Amino acid sequence: MKVTIDGHEIEVEPGTSILQAARMIGGESVPPAMCYYSKLEGTGGKCRACLVEVSKGSEADPRPMPKLMASCKTGVMDGMEVKSITSPKVLEARKAVTEFLLINHPLDCPVCDQAGECDLQNLAFNHGKEQKRFKEEKRTFAPENIGENIQLHMNRCILCYRCVKTAEQLTDKRVHGVCGRGDHAQISTYISAAIDNEFSGNMIDVCPVGALTDKTFRFKSRVWFNKPYNAHRDCPTCSGKTTVWMFGEEIQRVTARKDEFHEVEEFICNSCRFDHKDTKDWVIEGPRKFEKFSVINQNNYTQKLDKVVMKTEKQILEGRQQDRVKISMKEIPFTDNESKE
Amino acid sequence: MSTNTYSLSGRKKEVSNKKLTWTEKIYLVAILKGMMVTLKHMFKKKVTISYPEKTRPFSDVYRGKHMLMRDDEGRERCTACGLCALSCPAEAISMKAAERTADEMHLYREEKYAEIYEINMLRCIFCGLCEEACPKQAIYLTKSKQIAKADISRDNFIFGKDKLVMPLEAAIENTKQQNQA
Repeated sequence: MKVTIDGHEIEVEPGTSILQAARMIGGESVPPAMCYYSKLEGTGGKCRACLVEVSKGSEADPRPMPKLMASCKTGVMDGMEVKSITSPKVLEARKAVTEFLLINHPLDCPVCDQAGECDLQNLAFNHGKEQKRFKEEKRTFAPENIGENIQLHMNRCILCYRCVKTAEQLTDKRVHGVCGRGDHAQISTYISAAIDNEFSGNMIDVCPVGALTDKTFRFKSRVWFNKPYNAHRDCPTCSGKTTVWMFGEEIQRVTARKDEFHEVEEFICNSCRFDHKDTKDWVIEGPRKFEKFSVINQNNYTQKLDKVVMKTEKQILEGRQQDRVKISMKEIPFTDNESKE
Repeated sequence: MSTNTYSLSGRKKEVSNKKLTWTEKIYLVAILKGMMVTLKHMFKKKVTISYPEKTRPFSDVYRGKHMLMRDDEGRERCTACGLCALSCPAEAISMKAAERTADEMHLYREEKYAEIYEINMLRCIFCGLCEEACPKQAIYLTKSKQIAKADISRDNFIFGKDKLVMPLEAAIENTKQQNQA
């Protein structure tokens, strides 16, 4: 099936969503996603951050879709034409969505441990308005203890349901979920039962904001002061492939490896994440690279660069023989000058 | 054409070996010309002042020693977010954060505070970027004329919280003034 997103044509399998097709193209036309997570089934369709304009439905029915579509939940059709960043309507909608998501967000980024790798921060930076119109009081929740290693900040939650789906699909018994409705909806465990499943720590990585954070890393450092390295160890329960965040010789935090869309590549177990903070436990592969504009790259010179392949002829790159002779001045001997004096 | 016959840069000058005339040879005119320049400067306004008896007025945008501010309730504003250290071009600032406990509510404004906050005054270039980066209006460069005292030990130039945090009396004074106004 052929789809065109922002003028870029791509051939995709039937059944892919617009968001997935856009991610195959990459670049600026990828819609932001706050709730959709490709590794988890049933996510998406909640945050509306990924709205796109479908200017041509398909080859068979070329009428445009009347409203902006959530690209994570809309499948592609043959000959579909989609406008993402090129549509002013979409940009306007993203601004509005960002404003909605930030209504109850406490904006405590200076305190929050997620700052620097936060999806909501990126969304607000790229698509948000600079002022706010919400004058009412923000909803606040009393802090709740949900286990030994995970800190819940319900105030920061945007109710994306990613952590609920993680618990449902990675662990055999889910003990937390969303309780209440509307303004009162909150992530909580049933009667404060502690989350102690071996894979529960992945909720931290999956959380797009700082609502679920690592207690062992709490207030230790800011993410951009750490040096991230790819590391692995022999783990009986998971793949053991992680990113370790180091400060000097000390491993301050262990996370799963996240790709360019901030989705984890492989889920890791809690013992890797929380209990192995010694450099002897890990085999360090090399520095983890992040996208160009990430704050994690601050004072870091190993950036993620794709190799540029020039598909031009040799003559265009090197020039004509006669010009090369002129530029290098081979005909004028350098020693001639000195010998005469 | 060889390279020593033309000037690539266009600034090549021919050096001549011409003989001086009689008037030029006695150098009297040249000496008098030089003395005139000296004499002219004697009647000009002096460019120096006799510091420390006299001081020059400071610029409005003068940036002196840093201060970590307190809010009107006397609590420290700094939350150790690290943005000052990130923006610092000289990498002079370092800090360590800690979590506020329940009985420290009157000491720190936010949930997190700077347990250690150090500025290396030997590295600092007083550019004021830390002040601009601060999201909590915690760090300011004051109008203090004393930037850092001369010392023979390098350790004494690393200013900790004891030297940087606004004195409590000053915070009380500020609040009093605000209430009156």
